[in-house]
Amino acid sequence: MSASSVGAAPNAPPSIAMPRRFVSRLLSKPLAWVAIVWLVAIFALGLLANQAAPFDPLEQDLLAVKQLPSAEHWFGTDELGRDVLSRVLHGTLPTFVGVAQALVVVMLLGVGMGLTAGYFGGRTDAAVGQVTNLFQALPMIVISLAVLTVFNRSMLAAMVTFGIIGSAGVARVVRSATLNVRNELYIEAARISGLSDATIILRHVLPRIMGPVIVQLSLIAAIAVIVQTGISFLGLGVQPPAPTWGGGIFDAAASLNDFPWLLVPSGGVVALTILAFGLLGDALRDTAVETWARPAHRKQARKRGDKLALEAVFAGAPHAAVMSVRGLHIATGDGTHQRTLVSDLSFDLMPSETLGLVGESGSGKTLTILALMGLLPVGTHIKSGTLRLEGTSIDLTDEDSLRALRGKQLAMIFQEPMAALDPCFTIGHQLTEVIRCHEAMNPAQAQARAIELLKQVKIDNAEDVARRYPHQVSGGMAQRVGIARALAPNPKVLFADEPTTALDVTVQADILELLRALKQSHGMAVVFVTHDWGVVADICDRAMVLFRGKVLETADVLDIFDRPQHPYTAALLKANPHSAPPGQLLPTVEETLARMAREELAA
Amino acid sequence: MVLRRLALSIPLLLLVTLLTFLLNSLAPGDLARTMMQGEGTEVQYLELRRELGLDQPLVVQYGRWLRHAATGNLGQSFFTKESVASLLNDRIGVTVSIMAGVLIVCVSAGLALGVMSALRGGWVGRAIDTLSLVGLTLPSFWVALVLIAIFAVGLQWLPATGYTPLRQDPMAWLLGLILPVLSVSLVSITTIAKQTRDSMNEVMGRDFIRSLRASGLPERSVIWKHALRNASLPVVTVLGLVMVNAISGTVFVERAFVLPGLGSLAVSAAQNNDIALMQGATLYFTLLTVVINLLVDMSYGWLNPKVRVQ
Repeated sequence: MSASSVGAAPNAPPSIAMPRRFVSRLLSKPLAWVAIVWLVAIFALGLLANQAAPFDPLEQDLLAVKQLPSAEHWFGTDELGRDVLSRVLHGTLPTFVGVAQALVVVMLLGVGMGLTAGYFGGRTDAAVGQVTNLFQALPMIVISLAVLTVFNRSMLAAMVTFGIIGSAGVARVVRSATLNVRNELYIEAARISGLSDATIILRHVLPRIMGPVIVQLSLIAAIAVIVQTGISFLGLGVQPPAPTWGGGIFDAAASLNDFPWLLVPSGGVVALTILAFGLLGDALRDTAVETWARPAHRKQARKRGDKLALEAVFAGAPHAAVMSVRGLHIATGDGTHQRTLVSDLSFDLMPSETLGLVGESGSGKTLTILALMGLLPVGTHIKSGTLRLEGTSIDLTDEDSLRALRGKQLAMIFQEPMAALDPCFTIGHQLTEVIRCHEAMNPAQAQARAIELLKQVKIDNAEDVARRYPHQVSGGMAQRVGIARALAPNPKVLFADEPTTALDVTVQADILELLRALKQSHGMAVVFVTHDWGVVADICDRAMVLFRGKVLETADVLDIFDRPQHPYTAALLKANPHSAPPGQLLPTVEETLARMAREELAA
Repeated sequence: MVLRRLALSIPLLLLVTLLTFLLNSLAPGDLARTMMQGEGTEVQYLELRRELGLDQPLVVQYGRWLRHAATGNLGQSFFTKESVASLLNDRIGVTVSIMAGVLIVCVSAGLALGVMSALRGGWVGRAIDTLSLVGLTLPSFWVALVLIAIFAVGLQWLPATGYTPLRQDPMAWLLGLILPVLSVSLVSITTIAKQTRDSMNEVMGRDFIRSLRASGLPERSVIWKHALRNASLPVVTVLGLVMVNAISGTVFVERAFVLPGLGSLAVSAAQNNDIALMQGATLYFTLLTVVINLLVDMSYGWLNPKVRVQ
């Protein structure tokens, strides 16, 4: 192998089909610059070691052993008085040669296998998958040591072996990159136009996947440095007294007791070179992939309103109300990009009352109850609002106070009953955990209470169901379990977020019936989020209509159906599939609103 | 599941041992000549060839080795003439002790850092990213020497080299293992932490986390019990890979700390062209790998009820 190709492999940006923009963007990163400069410099010095090194690396001076750095010996001297700097410089070339040997193997074998598997797919893909699995099943060192034993400690054999084993990981990355490219239309077009597979792979596929390939190669180079120095450290490969980087570290080990300085130059040059390859790989990856930053989750500054101000908000609230909400604002984003999702929402909930929250998707129904639970999704937050629960007022921006209410006072059931259960624990376990979290009970008592709760939600074989995992029960059963869990601490208010939407029609009716019965027996108030007027009519006492985060009207259910105050409510009622005459197209909310507007204009 | 993996591991064992045999035939020159190092007569050479079984076809040699291996006889070391099996059995305790320590350190530190970084993000995450780059950068054998220089030579808190068997003195055994275990683990802790962070981030966005919070469960239970359990499957997969890699780490660290383990035995086998010993060592290393993969599979079943049922 010629010396120039040794350096070119890891350092030079590849010329083929690499967009110029990529290179300039890479070079705009200071770390990439540092890495490239270090690699080029150390490689050049290694190449010119005979001229650059101040001393013969084997020349001993027993009168000057274990000296710290001086003007004469920049890196000091080792246990035989040899110049450490000279030994480091002379050790450079063997390391870079080893890295290059591994890289050549990886380029041919790893990239080749990956391209073949990804491009041809099918059986070829499966076969390559088997081979790469096998390579990755074993620790590299085991094979390397066996190879070194058989091949008389040949470094070439060891680095080629490393290349073969390292090819497995590279092949996987190349395969998936190739799969993506292969399915693009222009590849299909090239195939139809009669280009041979080899031409398509080399001219059209390979250039497109150069990004991930180069990233992989720079990582392989970093590991190859560790492997090469590691094998020298083990006393295999290049034999002492010939200077090697790994041998330098082993020499340092020998003088560890009285001269630890040797660790610094020997380890330093190795670490810097590995770091340079690693940083180069990182910079290449960052350049290749558009980096996306997760939006920073800024903690809302907590403003604790004073008690009196909080109380004043509820001046007009009915005294008997079990829960009152005033001035709830929910927003997303921050600063200038803030968008209001729910604005100035207020309502009162009477004991044992069921209030329906009705509106289209995105009207803010679910957000409202999540906000009251203190469970808003990341990226949204409460700007202002107050909650009064049984005479106690709480600033809604204070998440900690809300947390204290969760479960015990306010409970919730969810739209996707199955997803609401932890798949890793049995139903009984999840129930007892919630029970014991709210009440001091021993495991046996909690178990008995869990069974009792399951029976309350009309599960006949409660003992059996308690032993099952969530994936072993039906959706309707999972929702019953969700209800049982919500009921466990005897909450004052139950939030139900479209709890029947994801269920079969017959199961829906059962769950609604169950909720109605439980509400009466437990004396809970319920806030029922739905877009289904049938459900509203069935279970709610009052309904609150939401449109784009604003309350349009709140009224008794009978009034809403008979005399909707707001045109939007009327339009929404018209769009109800349950009341529509069969065989006729259902008017959308927009159509009805537009028609009403026209009628209003005409009048 | 576990049985299937056991069945799958047999071909792997066969393949690896066969591979070492094939390598043997690929070797430049002849083993018998290498061992005689240019000395002795042609008659002695032929004698040695017959003694080593080299005059027979490779298949026959391999078959004989397998038959013996099945009865626990791995032949004699070419170099010291001792029984390979007893040499290996004397050494495996050291390597297994290091591996067990690495497992404990990686799991506890890796999970803790990963969860913290998933929840706090910010500086813990950046620290893990930086440390993982540093971990990749520093060869474990050099880290080992630096640890010796600081904690054994400098501060004199811990022994620098050597191994005390557990039965002889449990305290000395533990103290002697601390630095080797740390040297191997440092690189891997961040790998575990990164995977934990990624899969925790995914799990924390799932519906049941919200519903557990809605039930009023304390955050520590939601995070450390429910989220972590659900996030643990990909972490266990990575842990398996990390532990297989840690086998390589023990080879270097055993040399740095002068520990009489499998790794240092394999290195001396490589130095002495002791192919019989190397074949035995390869078999033991492969068995270690098989055990690690088996443990990974068993913990899948333990962690995920769906896997258990199938």
